[in-house]
Formats: sequence, structure tokens, C-alpha cells
Amino acid sequence: MLGYIFKRVLYMIPTLFGMSLISFLIIQLPPGDYLTSMIATMSDSGQAVDPAEIERLKEIYGFDDPFYIQYLKWIWGILSRGDFGRSFEWNQPVADLIWARMGSTLVISLLSLLFVWVVALPIGIYSAVRRHTVGDHIFTFFGFIGLAVPNFILALILMYVAYKYLGQSVGGLNSPEFAEAPWSLAKVGDFLAHLWIPIIIIGASGTAALIRILRANLTDELHKPYVITARAKGLPEYKVILKYPVRIALNPFVSAIGWVLPHLVSGVTITAIVLNLPTAGPLLFRALVSQDMYLAGSFILLLSALTLVGMLLSDLLLALLDPRIRFN
Amino acid sequence: MNDLPDDVVLSVENLSVDFRLRTHILHAVEKVSFQLKRGQTLCLVGESGSGKSVTARSLLQIIDRPGRIVGGRILLKNGDAITDIATLSPDSNAMRAIRGRRIGLIFQEPMSSLSPVHTIGSQIVEAIRLHTNLDKKAARERMIDLLRQVEIPNPDKMADRYTFEFSGGMRQRAMIAMALAGDPDILIADEPTTALDVTTQAEILDLIKRLQVGRGMAMLLITHDMGLVAEVADEVAVMRFGRIVEHGTVDAIYHAAGHPYTRQLLASTVKLTRQANVGKPAVMLSAEAPSPVLSVRNLGKTFGYAGNNTLRAVDDANFDLYPGENLGIVGESGSGKTTLGRLILRIVEPTAGTVFYRNKNGSEIEVTRLGKKGLRDFHREVRLVFQDPFASLNPRMTVKEVIGDPLIVNGLAKGKELEDRVAELMRLVGLDPMGMERYPHAFSGGQRQRIGIARALALEPRIIIADEATSALDVSIRSQILDLLLDIRRRLNLSFIFISHDISVVRYFCDRVAVMHRGRIVELGEAKQICTAPREAYTKSLISAVPNPDPRDKRMMHRQRFVAPINS
Amino acid sequence: MGARDTLGKHIDPALMVVDGPSISPLKQGKSVSIATIGPWRLIAGKLIRQKVAMAAGAVILFLYLVGLFAEFLAPALPSTSKPQYTYAPPQGISLFVTQPDGSTEFNPHVKGYKIEIEKVALRRTFVVDDSKVVPIGFFVKGPAYELWGLIPMDRHLIGPLNPNDPMYLLGTDRLGRDVFSRLIYGTRVSMSIGLVGVAVSLVLGVVFGSISGFYGGWVDTVIQRIIEVISAMPTIPLWLGLAAAIPLTWSPVSVYFVITIIVSLLGWTSLAREVRGRFLALRSEDFVTAARLDGSSEARLIFRHILPSLTSHILAVVTLAVPTMIVAETSLSFLGIGLKPPVVSWGVLLQDAQNIRTVATAPWLLIWPSLAVIVAVLSFNFFGDGLRDAADPYDN
Repeated sequence: MLGYIFKRVLYMIPTLFGMSLISFLIIQLPPGDYLTSMIATMSDSGQAVDPAEIERLKEIYGFDDPFYIQYLKWIWGILSRGDFGRSFEWNQPVADLIWARMGSTLVISLLSLLFVWVVALPIGIYSAVRRHTVGDHIFTFFGFIGLAVPNFILALILMYVAYKYLGQSVGGLNSPEFAEAPWSLAKVGDFLAHLWIPIIIIGASGTAALIRILRANLTDELHKPYVITARAKGLPEYKVILKYPVRIALNPFVSAIGWVLPHLVSGVTITAIVLNLPTAGPLLFRALVSQDMYLAGSFILLLSALTLVGMLLSDLLLALLDPRIRFN
Repeated sequence: MNDLPDDVVLSVENLSVDFRLRTHILHAVEKVSFQLKRGQTLCLVGESGSGKSVTARSLLQIIDRPGRIVGGRILLKNGDAITDIATLSPDSNAMRAIRGRRIGLIFQEPMSSLSPVHTIGSQIVEAIRLHTNLDKKAARERMIDLLRQVEIPNPDKMADRYTFEFSGGMRQRAMIAMALAGDPDILIADEPTTALDVTTQAEILDLIKRLQVGRGMAMLLITHDMGLVAEVADEVAVMRFGRIVEHGTVDAIYHAAGHPYTRQLLASTVKLTRQANVGKPAVMLSAEAPSPVLSVRNLGKTFGYAGNNTLRAVDDANFDLYPGENLGIVGESGSGKTTLGRLILRIVEPTAGTVFYRNKNGSEIEVTRLGKKGLRDFHREVRLVFQDPFASLNPRMTVKEVIGDPLIVNGLAKGKELEDRVAELMRLVGLDPMGMERYPHAFSGGQRQRIGIARALALEPRIIIADEATSALDVSIRSQILDLLLDIRRRLNLSFIFISHDISVVRYFCDRVAVMHRGRIVELGEAKQICTAPREAYTKSLISAVPNPDPRDKRMMHRQRFVAPINS
Repeated sequence: MGARDTLGKHIDPALMVVDGPSISPLKQGKSVSIATIGPWRLIAGKLIRQKVAMAAGAVILFLYLVGLFAEFLAPALPSTSKPQYTYAPPQGISLFVTQPDGSTEFNPHVKGYKIEIEKVALRRTFVVDDSKVVPIGFFVKGPAYELWGLIPMDRHLIGPLNPNDPMYLLGTDRLGRDVFSRLIYGTRVSMSIGLVGVAVSLVLGVVFGSISGFYGGWVDTVIQRIIEVISAMPTIPLWLGLAAAIPLTWSPVSVYFVITIIVSLLGWTSLAREVRGRFLALRSEDFVTAARLDGSSEARLIFRHILPSLTSHILAVVTLAVPTMIVAETSLSFLGIGLKPPVVSWGVLLQDAQNIRTVATAPWLLIWPSLAVIVAVLSFNFFGDGLRDAADPYDN
């Protein structure tokens, strides 16, 4: 098992490398570099431009160097001293800006994943076992709707409904009175009261997708000979189903984290922009609009790394669940 | 009639099972009646689609949807009372108390009939605890005892292993242990050995039979193999298309069969216990020794890179194939016989050795050195017939396109000429040329195999390599196809390399036989000699494990065993 | 095994040449011999049996027809703004007019507007005035346009008889533009981006998928790793990152194409994976080996034996990929970094619904474009699912 974990972690490295390359490409994509725009902005606002400072920055980020040297300097900065570059808009190191935002992104993504699982598992089992019943058709119908409605539209609709019928504006993760307050029981309650809307929005399509996957897999498994064996032992039907085919149909369910997670992180990004949640999304968006590329690129890299870690965990979970993988 | 004779434990009366499908109702089982007697074995024998498995499963009320019992009674003796299983609800407690406790089930696929994610031991313990009050510890002891009874070595260690760590035979033993966990008095074995090699089959059957006799259980054995029936049955019921056509003691069925279908079934089985009566081809009878058409020298294939994880699929194979000869290559699964066939055609590239082929002009070609062009010419003269008649025909092409394709790509015929040639080939393999425009899905397995043979013959080959060409077919169809091939050989003067796991098929069809074991050819000789007086220990065990379709001569139970030397 | 044969595949008993267990037909149907029916007709037959998929297919066809004839179908031009009718609510169409004498006569019309001042906010709002009648008709003369930029015309399918009268079936926006007409023009842009995007994806997917499958070895490994990297990255941040780099100065047409390419750049991976997987699976099928031994060249193997079995599956995957493209465009445009006005797409229309207070006063700005997106996505999903189920005509 240890060897498996080691191999799996090692396997992540080239993927991470590819992700960092794409992120850096995005940083480099807009015409003109960050320094030129900074000098322009500073001159525009009448600030004095310190030539020594500019020289220093040029040296650090190597703006005169070819692409690969710049990349190497950037990635070395991240790896050696956690330096993601500077945010030109905020005039702060990127590292100071992102960690809190990444934390809330992680919390919401994980809670959404939990929501997806808790909802999808029983419905998926029900739909597979009671195929083509009224209940199954209702769930299938809602599943399709959930898949079809893009996150941001769902967010807008829920916001509209809440505003129109509940008279409250949903947005953010805390009411204004708690925004600056230290964490307390009341604040946690308020936080949870705000949380359900984004979680439903973000989880909707993932839930629908997982229900469909589980239903399809379980339907296949239900007719396997080992199920008949279990039945022929004299096991009660619910035990036959829960202990055997469901257990095996869980495999694709767990490995689905691999693609549900990027999907959820995507969902968090755009939903957060619409609902103005204090996660990576709005800040990333702002950074992109104002072409604050080091900040934007760092977010993209970290969000990608987040999904990669999620995939690693799902693989390890899978190995734990299925001896066939563990022993291979 | 609520009174059953003393020795009868289960009586099926006029059982009917329907499958309600989208457009029609399929009457899978119609008015089937039989009785299971204590300590006796009833064999339900029939070909695919005869309804024998559905019958067995309806005794436990575990038929797949949309199947349903629509008539008849299944009376189970319950102490002094009698329960009619057919009236019980499949989900009821009463039904569950019968499953496993009164009736144990063993069935076909040892690969998939056990859960892959639970240990063997835990699956058996579960069955034990369902039907007894034993605590965990006692149940585990009982489980290990059961594993010992089914002769699994080191039962306390093996109990904690998973199914994928077991071989096919071991899995089937574990399955038997599980069926015995509730100490049932009726055992249903549904094709328990079909997926196993012949030597493993003999051991498993032997085990089942001993356990059944020892415990005095009534057994219902479902099989398609008449040879196997002769070895183990007390009574036989022959099923066809959902009905029992004949029922009697094993001796009566084998030696005084009444129904024409039974006789036909027996005839096609018995036919395969001898060599076909066709005489040797003229070439081989001529005084001067003819030169071989194909020679294989030191041929080998090693999979994997150098190191410990290599697999020698084929190791140092040598043989000659003479013009007009049928050479059989026989071996159990994993013996390398299929790989050997593919190496000759270079579908798989050999890692060692050479293949020589003598073409029409008599010049010798080194096949293992041919380039693309030369290999294509070689493939025109040496053709392959596949095992799976479903996978080997492109479902999107009509029969005319399938058979005509080799003619088109080699530029041999087109238009009207092509049509005539295809019609001629179809007639040659016993198909009606009217079906030329049909797609393969409109044909049965045997007919599809004929299409595959016609495709192989289209290029007027000199050698045909038939890889398990009859394994997917029912026994009556099987002998038809073999006779067809013999007829074609006679008419077209071909040579065959016939690869099979089935000794009876090889014995019937081949002049000489090569026996493969673990990648090596262990014995090569005249078919008659190999099948009656084998020299090598492995061949002896293989031949003696073949069931003999005569209940008065049960050979399989007196077979010779072979323990493979470790690290060969 | 009952209705199954030796190989575990279901055989439709109607197809069996040999006789088998007896059968009672449930439906008295025409007994067409399906023995000679080709694969595409089998697929079509299987697809037609799926009513939902067929209905979805009809909706997709309808949407593309709407996009194709947008100029003719829309009563107004998308950019014509009438400041005198800002945030005018939708009107209903009535067919009869009640005359003062109580009799009714056939006269299709919509109701006009009157201005009301909200007492609290002191805001000017439009309400539908039941007393004003705006007669409408089919094939009326309206604002001039050029169909497909080629044919000058001024007839519209539907519109007010007097071009200056207000007819806003789905209301107006902030600038008094007709939402109905804009939605129709938006259909053209959004639906075509889906189609073009998927075409680009398909080309990329097939090229990389086949290179990967054909060469194997390290080429395959590298391409597979690239696909892995791209599909593991969350799509929306990536789309945002790429789209944000489009210079503001570019023309709408260039932006349209760049957005299409961005959307398809990230969508080709699943296609490539599907193509490669199916290709590899088919390549080891017995019937392909048989064709190779028949002497078929590599090209003939691919085009005669592998591709025909692949196309129906690719078609299904492609259909299922279109909604991703549509959602991507809509999301980017909604955020303001995709298509920008004056281009009209569903996403651009939804930009107007960003502010929740605007939506509260003019919910039609949110409802109709959202509905269009949802209906389009649903239809592609249903149709694609049906296609996928029908794609293998020999798998019962």
C-alpha cells in the first residue's frame, strides 16, 4: 500500500508541472508585461518611479529573459520561498492575498462534495433498484434539469426567488453585521444559514451526474452472478443489495471525485462571482479583468493543484475500498 | 397429491416459467416435472436455450426479471409437512429460510459468482451465520472446516484471501463450501465445471460427487455435456426448448433412448469419442516421405521485459505439418496453444525461433523474416478461423461483404464474378446463397461459423489454422462443423492446424496431436496413440480426465493424476 | 440460460433461424424481416423508438432554424433602442377585439403601454394598458434588413401593422430594445458557437486521438498526459484566464472566433479520449484481425472496418459535447469577458440580469435567456443520450 501511495504521488509531479506551465502561459498571455503597466499606472497617478526598484523587479522576474528562464524563476520562487510574485493591483505579494481565499474555496468545495455524496448515494441506489418506477422517473427528470442548468443561472434564479419571495438578498457568506466580527457561535450559525444556497447551486449538477453514474453502474452490477449467489444463500434482499452490488458500484462513485472535483471548483468560481462569496473566484475574476496576471495565474495554479490533491485522495480511497487495486 | 414417496425430497410438477418481453412472451419452461431423491443425482441435460438453468433457478425463486413462474408446483418436503415453493413470495422469510439452508446452489462462472471485494472466508461465514446461531468465532472454525472438506490447502490462511488470488478450480471449491454452509439436503449444481479445464473438471466433479454421497444429499446437476452425465447421473432428464423430452435412468437413456432428440444428442457425443472414419489423405499414404508444408523450429514467445516478471507463453516449439494433414494442438487454458497459432501467422511476433513455409511452387520461405508484402502473400495461403463466431464477423457488413472482402482486397474478383464466387463459397460451407445480403446478426452461432470458414476458404488457402473453432458451439452443431471441415479438406486438399482444449474434438478431427503444457509441447504423436496410449504423465492425466459418455464405463473417476513439477 | 444463448448475448427470438422455446406474440405487428436491414437503419429504428430523444431532436432542429432565419423571424432589429419604452413588460397576444357595442371581431393584437409612477420610489414604470390596441399581423413590413447579409428584405414573420407601434412580446431591456428579437438573434450566435466549437473540438480530438492510438509508445503517453493535465484543471478558471487575454480592441468577429477556439481547446480532451479508447478496443476485435489477415491495408482497416463502427459513437459524444460549449460561451459572456455587445448572444443578454434589483423589476431579462439556455442544453443531452443508446445497433 505504501508503495502504491508513493507511486501515485510520484505520478502527480509531471501533471503538476504541466499545470504550472499552463498557468504561467496564462500569466504571459496578455500583451505587454506587468512592469510596463505598473510604470504606466504609476506615472499616470503622478507617483515617482524609482529606477532602482524597477531594476530590482526586472532582476527578480527576469522580464528581459526568454520564456523558459522566466518560468524557471517563477516556479523557483514558489518552490523555494512560497513567492508567487506581486499583485500589481493590490501592490502586495500574491502570497498574502491568496491563502485566506483558497481556504474558503477549499471549505466550500469539500462541503459541496459532501452534499453531492449524501444526496446522490441514496437516490442513485433507489433509482437503480426501482428502475422505471414513478420515483425513478421523477429523480431522472430532476437529474437532467440539474445537469442542464448552468451554475450561474441557477444562482441568479435562486437569488431572484429569495429576493422576491423571502425579501432577503442572498450573497456573501456572512450577514453584514458579522462580516468583521470575530468567529463566535452566532457567526457560525449565520455562516451556515448563508451556506446552503451556494452549496445547492454548486452541488446540483455534480449530484445529478453522480446519480446517473451510480444508477448505470448499479444496474449492471445487479445482474452479476455474485448477486445471485448472495441471494441463494438466503440473505434478505436489502442486505444482498447493500453489501454486494452497492459496494462494488461505489468504485466509480469514489473515482468520480477525480472529475467531480474540478467541476465543483469550477462551480465555486463562477457561483462565487455571482453571489459575491469571499472565495478565490471573485478575486481571480477581478485580477483577470484588470490583467493582474501574477495573482490570476497563481489562483489558477492553486485551484488546479487543489483538484489534483483531491484526485490523489480519491485514488487512495479507492485502493482502500477495493482489494483488487490494492494488490496490484 | 400431497403425499410424496419416502425418498423424494423435492417434487416439481408441471412447472412453467414465462419471460414477458416487449413484443412477446417467451415460454422458457413449459410443464416440466421431475423428482429429486435423497442421495441420488438427477441430471438435467440440454443445449443452450433449453431452459435448464431457468428451471434450476425457479426452485430457489431467483429467476431474473422479467421471468415468472406461471404454473405448476414445486413441492419441498419439510419434515412431515410439504411446502409448495411456487406459492411462496420471492422476498418472503419462508423462501429465504429455504435458500442455502434446504437447497444449496453452485453455479457456472467461478470468476464472477463470488464477490471480488470480500474475502472468501467472510462470504462463507456470512452464509453459516445466516442459518445457525454460531458466534463469530465458532462460525469461523466451521468455515475453515468446510474449506478443509472441499480440500483447499492451508484453509486458515486461504480464508483471508480474495477471489482474484484463487485459481478457477479453487474458486469453485470455495463456492461449493459456501453452498454446503447451511448444511442443505438438496444441492443444485448449474454447469459447475463448464468454465474449467478438463483435469480440474474431473477433480471438482469428483469432489461434488463424494460430498453428495457422503452427506446423502439429493443433487440436481445441470449440464450440456453428455459425457459428464454418464459419469455422475443416476437419473437423466433431457430438455429441449423448455420441455423435458425424455426422462429415465442413466442406463436407459444411454442404451435405450426413445426420443429422437436424445438419440441425436448422444450420437453427436459418442461420435466424438472416436477418430473420424475418413482415411488418410493420399499424400500421406504415398511411399516417399513428403516434405512438410510448414515447419516450426524452436519457436518461442516471452511476454514482459527481461527479469522476474516474464511469462514464457510459448517455449521452444517444434513440429512439422504435412500436406493434407490435420494437426491438433491440445492443451488447457494458459498452455500457450492460442499464442502458438498466432505466432505462426505473426499476429503476435515471436521472440525466438523460425517458421518455414513451402509455397505452391515448392520453394521454402522463412515466414519469420518476411516483410509486409511477403507476409500478405503468406496470409493468403495460410488462413485463420476464429473461436468466437460473433466477434469475428463485422456486424456492419453483409455476408456477401464479409466473404467477398478478401477477394476484393486481393483484387481477385468484383461485380457479378464476385457474387458468383461468394455464392459458390456459401454452398461449399452448406449455406443458402439467398442469404448473401443478410447481416451476421440474422444467423445462428453455427451458421456464423460457416460464414467465417467461407471467408477463410475464399483465397483458396493451403493451410487453415482453426483456433477453438468449435468451442462456442453446441455439441450437435459442433460435430456438423467438424464434418464440414473434414469434407472441405477432402475436396480442397488442405492442411489444418486445429487448436482446441477439447480432446474429443481433436481425437475426432486430427491425424496427429501435439499436447501443450505451460508453453511447451510435451508430447507429439499419432492421434490414436496420444488418445489411447499416451506416454507422458501429463498427457495421461489429461486423457484420463475426459468423461466417457457411457454409464457402464465410468472412466473419469479412475483417472490418473498429474502433479506439475514446481518451477518448470 | 433461457432467453440467452451460449455467448451470453440476448438474441431477439424473432431473429432466430433455428426454432426455439415457444413464443406468444403480444403485439400484432408487421413482421419485417430485419435480416437484411443495414446498421444505419437499425440505429435510426432504435432512435425513433425513443420518444424523448426524438422530441429533443425536433427542438434542436427548431432552434437552428430560428438561428438561420433570425432576421426574418425577429419583429425588430436587435440594436434598435426606443428610450420611450425602457423595461416595458411582456405583452400577451389576443385574437379578438371587443367593440364598444359588445360584439367581438377577429383582430389579432397586443395591448399598448401606459406610464405609471410608483408612489414610493417615484419611479416611472410601464404597465400594459388594456384599452390600447396594437394590431399585429403576419408577413408585415418592418425595419429593413439583409437576410444572411445578402438578400435585402423588409418583411417579418410577425410584427405590428404600424412599424412605430410597440410590440414587445417578451418585454424590453434597459435601453428599450425588444427582448424577443434579441433572443432570436442570440439563438443564432449561441447555437452556432456550440456547433463550430464542437467541430473544432472534433477535429482536434480525432487528430490527437488517432495520432495517440496509431503511433502508441511515447507519443501516446505524452498526448495522454497532456489530456490528463487539461482535464484535471478546473475549466472555468481556465476559460476565464484565456478569455481575459483577448485584447479589448478586437472586433466582435475575431472575439467570436477566439472564444470558439478557447471553448473547443478545452473540450477536445474528452473527445480524444473517447476516440482513442474506442479505436484501441476496435483494433483488437476479432473481425478487425480477420480483415487484416484478409490482406486489408492499414487505411482500409481504418476506413472500411473501424470507422463505420466508430461514427455512431462519435456522433453521440459530439452531440453530448455541444451543451458544454454553449454553457461555456454563455458563462464567459455573462461575466463580460466573452462576447461583448453589439454582438447578441444568450450570455450577452444575461449580462443585463446581473443586478438583482434589475431582475426584480424586469424578471423577463433573466427568465427568457435562461430558459433558452436550459432548453438547448436539455435537448442536446436528451438527444445525445438517445443517440448513444442507439449507437450500437447490435447490443440489446
